[in-house]
Amino acid sequence: MEKTLSDTYKDILINEVLNNPDKKFNDNTNNLLSALRRDTIDRPVIFVGKGSCGVIAGANGTYDAVKEYISARSINAELLEVGCGGFCAAEPVVEVQLPGRSRIAFQQVMADQVDHFLDQIFNNILDREKAVAQYRNQYHEPWEGIPFLDELPFFAHQKRIVLDQCGLINPERIEDYIAREGYQAFIKTIRNYTAEYLCSLVEESQLRGRGGGGFPAGKKWRSALKTASDKKYVICNADESDPGAFMDRSIMEGNPHRLIEGIAIAAYAIDASKAYIYTKAEYSLALYRLENAIQQAKEFGLLGEDIFESGFNLNIEIRKSAGAFVCGEETALISTIEGRRGMPSPKPPYPSEKGLFGKPTIVNNVETLANVPAIIHNGPQWFNRIGTETSKGTKLFSLTGKVKHTGLIEVEMGTSLQDIIDKIGGGIRNDKEVKAIHLGGPTGSTIPPQHFDTPVCFEALKKVNTLMGSGGMVILDEDSCMVDMAKFFMDFIRKESCGKCIPCREGTLRIHEILENITRRPEHESGHQTLERFKGVMQLEGLAEVIRDTSLCGLGKTAPSPVLSTMKWFRHEYEEHIFDRKCKAGVCKQLRSFYIDVDKCTGCMICAKKCPVNAIIGSEKKPHFIIDEKCIGCGICLDVCKFNAVYVK
Amino acid sequence: MDNPLDRILKQYPNTRRDNLLPLLQDIHDSLGYLSEESIIKVSQHLSLPSSKVYGVATFFDQFHFEPQAHFVIRICSGTSCHLSGSAEIMDEFKKTLNIRPGQTTRDGVFRLEEVPCLGACGLSPIVEVNGESHTGFSVQQIADLVEACKENVA
Repeated sequence: MEKTLSDTYKDILINEVLNNPDKKFNDNTNNLLSALRRDTIDRPVIFVGKGSCGVIAGANGTYDAVKEYISARSINAELLEVGCGGFCAAEPVVEVQLPGRSRIAFQQVMADQVDHFLDQIFNNILDREKAVAQYRNQYHEPWEGIPFLDELPFFAHQKRIVLDQCGLINPERIEDYIAREGYQAFIKTIRNYTAEYLCSLVEESQLRGRGGGGFPAGKKWRSALKTASDKKYVICNADESDPGAFMDRSIMEGNPHRLIEGIAIAAYAIDASKAYIYTKAEYSLALYRLENAIQQAKEFGLLGEDIFESGFNLNIEIRKSAGAFVCGEETALISTIEGRRGMPSPKPPYPSEKGLFGKPTIVNNVETLANVPAIIHNGPQWFNRIGTETSKGTKLFSLTGKVKHTGLIEVEMGTSLQDIIDKIGGGIRNDKEVKAIHLGGPTGSTIPPQHFDTPVCFEALKKVNTLMGSGGMVILDEDSCMVDMAKFFMDFIRKESCGKCIPCREGTLRIHEILENITRRPEHESGHQTLERFKGVMQLEGLAEVIRDTSLCGLGKTAPSPVLSTMKWFRHEYEEHIFDRKCKAGVCKQLRSFYIDVDKCTGCMICAKKCPVNAIIGSEKKPHFIIDEKCIGCGICLDVCKFNAVYVK
Repeated sequence: MDNPLDRILKQYPNTRRDNLLPLLQDIHDSLGYLSEESIIKVSQHLSLPSSKVYGVATFFDQFHFEPQAHFVIRICSGTSCHLSGSAEIMDEFKKTLNIRPGQTTRDGVFRLEEVPCLGACGLSPIVEVNGESHTGFSVQQIADLVEACKENVA
């Protein structure tokens, strides 16, 4: 990887491109930019998708194999690593651009297939099974019979503003970003706008915080700007600890400069000279790319003292989270940076008045900040036209669960949930029936199919008792059990509750206990145990409401929502678990009933010998039977039967 | 003076409380755990009571207070992995290694951990052994994996 650039190259970019307000470039500069954009290339370029998801799928091996292939045959080709394009199911993705031809993407290229694969493509033969799509570019001749990227259903129904360059550019080189008009918005801002005017621009765009709450970003900024102080801070909240969400990570890995530009603009808006990026220590690749990007931005004079002779100073520091879910809450996050236990504190005073070290601080989510350069670049009216009446712009989701195409998606506000499942997700895997959508991670809520026409919009989602959340979207099908789901989330929250407020600390523990009780096979039917179980269930709702109403921070307030929402929409499943002791989906292991197929059973006696409670009766070479009352549902008989005679109902 | 602990502390001269976490993280990275000695030295360095330092350190999941095992097996229990059967995988590991998550085997070879989300939900379930990920993991692979690790130590 080239870390330092030749000085002439750098000078052209700084003096001719960044320092050039009317954007009229001479031929020399135009050629350079065109080459950096890979519009005109004189040698083949190979792009390997190296986001975390790609690396886990084996992209490092693929990358090394390609590197070896090129050097062994001394082929004059450029090998680049790019971020994640969002199409996780297809990783590792390799893209090849031959001179004059369109850039084309191939899926699942494993290390051992590289030789054969490159032999083919360098001889202009397409492996049509692996080819997914090609990029549209007016200068390039397209390949025949391969769809364009924007024609793929997965991409066609998305609107990519934040992600437009993720997967396209090399995240480790600043010049790729500058060639695509990067940092122009920041320079325009510090040259032409006052902080006051900048705040009103963002207010006009109606950008709302993407962390979940949807607080207007411009209003937050103005509040911090108005508070007089010698020092102010910007914190970028990249502590994405919601299990199943990876939007922030993908932005940081795919286009770190975009985030840095957003932070720089936000810092200018409130007149802060220090910014922190608070992210997970587990995100090693994102951390590396961010550090690299900050270093490069400093070399280009985009960070540091007196940026582009404007008198504006800014330093960005990365802080690694040590792993606590509650630190996503802004006041808890601030106390972590101060070196204290990550516990939330009461608001007001809001951080925008009294935050980090007692100074005005704005805490914004990665996605919010990554939207800012585009808003400044294209103007607030442009942003205003996208989305719904109250929610403008786009929203990122990490689409996971039982849909065919999982991955990172960005949709325009107002897209219905049904469209996301059917058009982008490609429907449910194995033609199963969809049961629900879970939005917003462990403290989010569940939406049943009758509300799938709800558009992605803060207000519309609130109407069905759901918050937008940070962007985790899990699709559940008929094989998922809602009680188990609620139990899973309560288990997570009970462990992550910081322990400051009693309702959250003790209440979530009790909710989990009650749910455990429902999903456990009772040891005996009579007496105390049964009574306790019914009592617990009756109190579940009340308990959930108390936690919601009396907790201090966002975590506690939303902690019971998985339980409340599943109880609201899927009450019949709770009742089924309680009264019939059945889990229709077969997820709650202890509630399964086992049967033996008399036609398949050979009477080998293995299951009867292995059964820990002697619930299986029958004599040798005769079909066996399971006594349901004795069975504890351990499933050993199912595992040991060699004739598939045991089945679950 | 060539103690790694002192070397790290030297990198933070005249520091204040807000550098506590980065300091602990650096020590944790280099030693693999936070020893009693390191907690005390950090508290002296920052002029904080050691109880405060210990309090902050125990708040976060990331820090361990005992030496690390040879192989750290981390099983993702994120939503997506949970749906594809990570609980079963965890149960099998518990049975095979005879330890619970958060514990280390007596011989110090294996440590089992449950992690919220490794961020590769499209490829679930995921099991990570010393940072190397195994995607689409199944219960059948466990025996081989454990054997391979044991051979590696011997």
